[in-house]
Amino acid sequence: MSTTDHAATATTSPGGTPSGTDVEVVVTVNGVPRSATVPARRLLSDFLRHDLRLTGTHVGCEHGVCGACTVLLDGAPVRSCLAFAVSIHGREITTIEGLAADDGTLHPVQQAFQDEHGLQCGYCTPGFVMSACGFLADEPAPDDQTIREGMSGNLCRCTGYAGILAAVKQAAGALRTTGADPRAKHDPAAGGQR
Amino acid sequence: MCRAVGSGTTAESASDTGDDGVKPPPFAYHAPRTEEEALATLGALGEDGKVLAGGQSLIPLLNMRLAAPPALVDLARLETLDRIAVTDTHVRVEARVTHERLRRDERVAAAVPLLRQALDWVAHPVIRNRGTSVGSIAHADPAAELPAVLALLGGWMQLRSVEGERTVEAGDYLLGPLESDTRPGELVVAATFPRPGVRTGTAFEELARRHGDYAMAGVGVRVTLDADHHVGDASAAFIGVGGTAIQVELTEVLRGQPYDALDKAEAIGLARASIDPTADIHATAGYRRHLAGVLLGRALETAVRHAAGQAPPDSGSAPEGPGPTESAAPGSAAPGSAATESAPTGHASGGYREETA
Ligand SMILES: Cc1cc2nc3c(=O)[nH]c(=O)nc-3n(C[C@H](O)[C@H](O)[C@H](O)COP(=O)(O)OP(=O)(O)OC[C@H]3O[C@@H](n4cnc5c(N)ncnc54)[C@H](O)[C@@H]3O)c2cc1C
Ligand code: FES
Ligand code: FES
Repeated sequence: MSTTDHAATATTSPGGTPSGTDVEVVVTVNGVPRSATVPARRLLSDFLRHDLRLTGTHVGCEHGVCGACTVLLDGAPVRSCLAFAVSIHGREITTIEGLAADDGTLHPVQQAFQDEHGLQCGYCTPGFVMSACGFLADEPAPDDQTIREGMSGNLCRCTGYAGILAAVKQAAGALRTTGADPRAKHDPAAGGQR
Repeated sequence: MCRAVGSGTTAESASDTGDDGVKPPPFAYHAPRTEEEALATLGALGEDGKVLAGGQSLIPLLNMRLAAPPALVDLARLETLDRIAVTDTHVRVEARVTHERLRRDERVAAAVPLLRQALDWVAHPVIRNRGTSVGSIAHADPAAELPAVLALLGGWMQLRSVEGERTVEAGDYLLGPLESDTRPGELVVAATFPRPGVRTGTAFEELARRHGDYAMAGVGVRVTLDADHHVGDASAAFIGVGGTAIQVELTEVLRGQPYDALDKAEAIGLARASIDPTADIHATAGYRRHLAGVLLGRALETAVRHAAGQAPPDSGSAPEGPGPTESAAPGSAAPGSAATESAPTGHASGGYREETA
């Protein structure tokens, strides 16, 4: 590792990083390298929201139960409230801001949530959408029970879940049609999305 | 992986964030690259150091300020301790292996089916993507599945420090609620799960209010049948109904029963008398005690069928074919003396036994 790897350099010094000392964290977020200097105790959720000003990732319980803060880490869904930003230095994050196409066309999962009334207040929605993207990458053709289990780690206080489950089902079909990776930024040119 | 900060990177200022948005208490942060460095750091920190693995149990405690360790030693940047080894005798899982990676490994599912049977119940997939299997045993939550698996299979933990290495068996390692025999300065490097012997079936059953949450009660079961498919040996390990995984030996009450006509009443009674559930907002102690018995009944049925499915009843003396590795003990003497699991020629029903190692 070169010395430009600031966080790593700081944190592997014999004394480590004393409390209160800030560390530089560099991560690729939605394809763009981003960095900020933060305390080691900065949660990834707060790093995204406060330091990078990406407020699409929501925070509910901050102990792993509600799923509102779910993001993709190297393509796999994780709770951003249960990771320190410094721990994921050098890795890739996808947030809800990274899904729609540049022209604003919604990602198939987002479109499905709209079509099937998978949201009301929308607070839980970014987490559900990111969980669904990770889930559909593993299970491109899920049955209803598999969808229920796959989405069981996220809580919604509004919808009663029926619309959410229907949305995931619709999205699975749409993604199978285009063959797009559910975790990738939407490319309207690549398939028959409206 | 190095990226020069500056030109290609948008650097943001943290100056306006101050302390807002910071929930965990402050700690000194260490991210060693090598095991040696990790052990040296943990050794120097002593009581002050806490290992951070997947963070799926520790970070909630920090966020709620239920814990405030002076220093964290993060395993995120270690370049080692991320292997799963499947051998003739066991599955060895190193400290950085996540639940989900272990759950998906076909070699593991074939060698020690109880691991996948239990991991299917561990948290939600999103949590399993970060949480480590070793970490969950080190954390010793009384409702966690893997401590029960380790106990039931007679497994052990391997701990290292600057002073050397210790191996601690499950029963001695799991001391109580959130209490394991990890001493200051020690790193658990691996958990080892022995392969069950021939004609041994396993199962895991539990009930949670939502699949993926910690169980109200749960049980892992291991049953070995004799050559004509009568119970030879049986044991259960309960979770969520005591301070730690509670193992209950069932051999005395089940021995000699035919696998397809089990009388489980005595076993269930014994189990209900052996556990020590408490009440919380999800369930009363009485409900948990009842539930534990019901789950035991289901798990026993699944486990005996799993065992019976591995080999037809033995009409005479010929044991199953040789183990997955041809050089393993030929097993022509006492069945069960070979430490290796037999892979039947052809496929047992249920597809458990595809040998991919
Ligand atoms: C919503 C939710 C639901 C969950 N449901 C379940 C469930 O149903 N069943 C279940 O079993 N678990 C469940 N968990 C916990 C999850 O399995 C954790 O991943 C696991 O308990 C701890 O693993 P970790 O790697 O995250 O450890 P961490 O949180 O990093 O550490 C936990 C503790 O273990 C110690 N530790 C970890 N690794 C080592 C090591 N190598 N050497 C020494 N000490 C070590 C740490 O110092 C700390 O004290 C759940 C978690 C959440 C947030
Ligand atoms: S805010 Fe992360 S799971 Fe609730
Ligand atoms: S839409 Fe309001 S919480 Fe889910």
